[in-house]
Amino acid sequence: MKLSLEPRIERPDDVYELLLLLHDGLSREASERAMARLVLILANHIGDYDVISEAVQAARATQSDTGSVEPRPT
Amino acid sequence: MSKAGEIPVRKRFPYRRPPELDAASPRRLKLLIVGGGPIGLTAALDLAQRGYEIVLLNKLDIVADGSKALCFSKRTLEVYDRLGVGERLVREGVAWNLGKVFWGDRAEPIYEFTMLPIPDQKNPGFINLQQFYLEEYLLDALAAFPNVDIRWRNEVIGVEQRRDHVEVRVDTPDGAYTLAAEYVLACDGSKSPIRGMLGLDFEGKVFEDNFLIADVRFEQERPTERWFWFSPPFPGESALLHKQPHGVWRLDFQLGWNIDRDEAVKPENVAPFVEGMIGKDVPYSFEWLSIYTFQCRRMARFLHDRILFAGDAAHLVSPFGARGANGGVADVENLVWKLDLVLKGAAPRALLESYDDEATTIADVNILNSTRSTEFITPKSRTSRALRDAVLGLAQTHAFARPFVNSGRLATAVATPRSPLNTPDDESWRGGVAPGTPAIDARLGDQEWLLAHLHNGVTLLALNLPGPAIARARALARDLADISAVRFVSLRDTGASSLAERYDAAGGALYLVRPDQYVAARWKTVDEAKVRLALKRLLGHMLVAEGARYEAVA
Ligand SMILES: Cc1cc2nc3c(=O)[nH]c(=O)nc-3n(C[C@H](O)[C@H](O)[C@H](O)COP(=O)(O)OP(=O)(O)OC[C@H]3O[C@@H](n4cnc5c(N)ncnc54)[C@H](O)[C@@H]3O)c2cc1C
Repeated sequence: MKLSLEPRIERPDDVYELLLLLHDGLSREASERAMARLVLILANHIGDYDVISEAVQAARATQSDTGSVEPRPT
Repeated sequence: MSKAGEIPVRKRFPYRRPPELDAASPRRLKLLIVGGGPIGLTAALDLAQRGYEIVLLNKLDIVADGSKALCFSKRTLEVYDRLGVGERLVREGVAWNLGKVFWGDRAEPIYEFTMLPIPDQKNPGFINLQQFYLEEYLLDALAAFPNVDIRWRNEVIGVEQRRDHVEVRVDTPDGAYTLAAEYVLACDGSKSPIRGMLGLDFEGKVFEDNFLIADVRFEQERPTERWFWFSPPFPGESALLHKQPHGVWRLDFQLGWNIDRDEAVKPENVAPFVEGMIGKDVPYSFEWLSIYTFQCRRMARFLHDRILFAGDAAHLVSPFGARGANGGVADVENLVWKLDLVLKGAAPRALLESYDDEATTIADVNILNSTRSTEFITPKSRTSRALRDAVLGLAQTHAFARPFVNSGRLATAVATPRSPLNTPDDESWRGGVAPGTPAIDARLGDQEWLLAHLHNGVTLLALNLPGPAIARARALARDLADISAVRFVSLRDTGASSLAERYDAAGGALYLVRPDQYVAARWKTVDEAKVRLALKRLLGHMLVAEGARYEAVA
């Protein structure tokens, strides 16, 4: 496991607010694109296939949204 | 121009009554090639040059007019150089290396790529040339061989595998006859009747989108580059522009799924697309119009006892990446030398199993790449569209996003690093050409190129070796004749040549190169035992010894 899932952010509320600010005043489509841009920027910053792959799996495996998650096809 | 229901004819060839119709018992051939598309013709030329008597069956008697493959890769040109038609292709085609990707109405490309990242090779990254020219040139080359019998309007209607041959039933205008062949090459195209007759699978994805091809004649100064637009400022969801020889251009537009195809292909409905791309005031005429959809799929195995599948019969890809015909040429390149050695008794039949192994590996890489391109070009959900558009948006300003832009990853040679014919490195190398990778070209003199020194057989290639080592390697190549004929070639850097860099050969290197120019093994010194073992491995002898799935071939 290369991906860290331990708390690493010192000011979580501030960072969370930043993520909300990304969408401020945007339409649903614009918001989706902004989110996608952010993901790409962060993924590039990480730059490591294995870490990103683990992050994708962690994101898919966490079923907080009413259990509509399917197992990742391999 | 395109018409439904009939195949437009570029050139017609004469049907001749096959002698078997009047013979008592079926003729026994070593080889039978089914299919007169680019792949069957390429296989015929390669095998004819190796001296085989070739019968090639084609249910049609024409080279079809109309637009299919246009872009042929450097690797394909290298194969055709070996077969003697490469220079004609390059002379007649339009060579290009640079691709540019545009988004919306922005005048500047958001991404550029080159298909010749390592410059100074004999062949360009790509040429554009209509498939029918390739087919004609192959037929011209084949006409020089008295050992080639191309049978037009001879349609395979049945196949039966026997213990040591295949029986093939062939229909002609004068009735049906039977041929027996030790091996059949099924190059009978995407609908492969032979695949159907054997009841074999063909699995994969169908993509729901329609693409319009317009081959258009007009005069305009434009650089010889591949231009691709996402969301262009003219009709179409994406668009592609390629230059062809003789003042013709290939325009390709993505139309979406729910369209009326008959309407969409009418010249008056195509006009807004063309005028949008080239400008309203440019006079033009249509050479060809058609609509295509596509699939990415392949057979589970390409080798079925004595029937070998190649080209579209074995695998299909989306056109983004030009991996269809180029992928089929790779099949032939991989297959023919193996078949040759097996037929001559110089290699065990297990070597043919490695065709299945390597060619399916190569097909998977081609399918993966063309599927990914298709998903980028035609996103199928809101979210994938948002992600795609995010890449395009970021690419304008941020270098990091540009490599994500996928307008087609164009065909290059595919490596087979895990093939059991390779001998893995046991020394440390800084680059060079690893086992399982095709030899890379390098300039040796004004018009002298490295790849021209390779030939139809195995080569022991000494690069920058010191004098005494050259003598030992030369003697070794001669001694190897008890296993197989091996040609010895010794080259060294002079002046501006780049062997040291391209082959990590500054201190001398010895490469064992397969007949298809793929590197099988390499060393920094001359060790007879190692070379012997690697040669045996290359020829498939270890497959038998190592058993497992390769023994399945009786
Ligand atoms: C729009 C478009 C663009 C393309 N662009 C490119 C590109 O730029 N680069 C690229 O590499 N590829 C490209 N391709 C793919 C390329 O055209 C094919 O991969 C290629 O034609 C495959 O050649 P083939 O010889 O395997 O099959 P085919 O060309 O289909 O030939 C099959 C042959 O088998 C014969 N046959 C069929 N059934 C029988 C039978 N029962 N008995 C006897 N003979 C039979 C047929 O008459 C024909 O001669 C493109 C395809 C399309 C549609």
